[in-house]
Amino acid sequence: MKKIFLRSVLIVALIVAWETAARVHVVSPFLLPAFSTVLRRLYTETVSLQLPVGLGLSIYRSLVGFALAAVLGVAIGILIARVNSARWFFDPLVSIGMPMPKIAFLPIFVLWFGVFDESKILMVAFSSVFPVIVAAWAGTENVERLLLWSARSLGASDRGLLWEVALPAAFPQIMTGLQVALPIAMVTDIVAEMAMGGQGLGGDMMQAMRFADSPGVFAGILAIAIAGSALVKAMELIRRRLLVWHAEAEHA
Amino acid sequence: MKPVVRYAPLLLLALLWEVVPRAHLIDPRSLPPLSAVAVAWWDLVTSGDLWTNGISSLVNLSAGLLLGVLIGAALGILMAWYGMLDDVVHPLVRALYPMPKSALIPVMILWLGLGAASKIASIFMGCLLPAVLSAYNGARGVDRVLIWSALAAGATRRAVLWEVILPAAMPEILAGIRTALALSFILMVASEFLIGQTGMGYLISFRGESGAYDSMFAGVLTVSAVGFLADRAYLWAMQRALIWRE
Repeated sequence: MKKIFLRSVLIVALIVAWETAARVHVVSPFLLPAFSTVLRRLYTETVSLQLPVGLGLSIYRSLVGFALAAVLGVAIGILIARVNSARWFFDPLVSIGMPMPKIAFLPIFVLWFGVFDESKILMVAFSSVFPVIVAAWAGTENVERLLLWSARSLGASDRGLLWEVALPAAFPQIMTGLQVALPIAMVTDIVAEMAMGGQGLGGDMMQAMRFADSPGVFAGILAIAIAGSALVKAMELIRRRLLVWHAEAEHA
Repeated sequence: MKPVVRYAPLLLLALLWEVVPRAHLIDPRSLPPLSAVAVAWWDLVTSGDLWTNGISSLVNLSAGLLLGVLIGAALGILMAWYGMLDDVVHPLVRALYPMPKSALIPVMILWLGLGAASKIASIFMGCLLPAVLSAYNGARGVDRVLIWSALAAGATRRAVLWEVILPAAMPEILAGIRTALALSFILMVASEFLIGQTGMGYLISFRGESGAYDSMFAGVLTVSAVGFLADRAYLWAMQRALIWRE
């Protein structure tokens, strides 16, 4: 109770400090527009549909790219863990691709796929696929031998083993990989929108910045921060929902 | 496995990269053959473009990373040390953590203009929170008994901070710095895409826009290689630094 009180006091104090700093011109309103100005801006952008459209586009690009990365990443990860030739081929690529700054490939994606949705989505998928591959690989490889042996001795087929034993056992680790990949997908999408244009929250912010429209920039930051937190929170909830059967759920 | 066998897939890809555009299976304008990229890379080296832009990038990266890690680690330890800060600041940090840091770049441009300061500030903001959280988690994980016994044995609070908490939190902090290192490269390239003027990100996007695709690819390869090598070098140094714990 005391904590919640302190936190609310802190948040209110921050907002009041922001508002007064801007109102009494401690900071020029250009550098820091008043909180109320930004709120009003968010309202007018909502009414003019610019915000809902931008938000929708950004979430659409991030999530489609993320979904591609999830499906491909899990498939490649399992393939690496189970097929020797796949491991031979992907192992050096993954170990180099994982720590590499993938965002540098952005101009290549522009060259190959243009500046529209498909290019942004593929860029998002490319930069967020690596943590998923690594998680699915490590997860399926570390499934307890004992679990596999008992399933096999009970007559499970190879396919049954994969779908009903290895994947569920690897699931917590795969979820962790997905939770790492989601923020990367969003960061990449925002940068892609800023660099390529074409609406979305990142594109709109860059546009506002070019016109030195600081309320627009701050409205963008607030919208992006809220959207980012909401997506990450949603992912945590999904994890808890899907892993109810798993031992980790008992700690929560 | 022998290194030749282990890295054969890379050689295979390099070979394909050379042969496929040469055989016009892919338009060489979309994918210049690897040899052309190598020539372009050498041109970048001899013309000095790689050095001026590379050094500009590395200076901004080091400044942002260093500031972010130092200030972030200090904040994280203070948060763990003072309960009051913990109650108040920790939720704030957690709320801000998932925010895509790249979104801050336009704000930095608004505040600091189109120049190195904005790039450094963007990199700094990207590195700050991972450093705060890792130092906080590391310092929180220190065994209370260790702290009590040090205090009971007459150690000052400052000595406890420097000689008990910091070393105990070090593995977590070092792991956090690795995350910060990866983020610093992303924000470096992204801020150079958007702010331009100098840096490897600027070099890549400028060459791409002017149709010099062979040097664009050379730039992308260079940034990727440096990012990869930085991570490996850091990992190696970190393992050496933590040997005393075994």
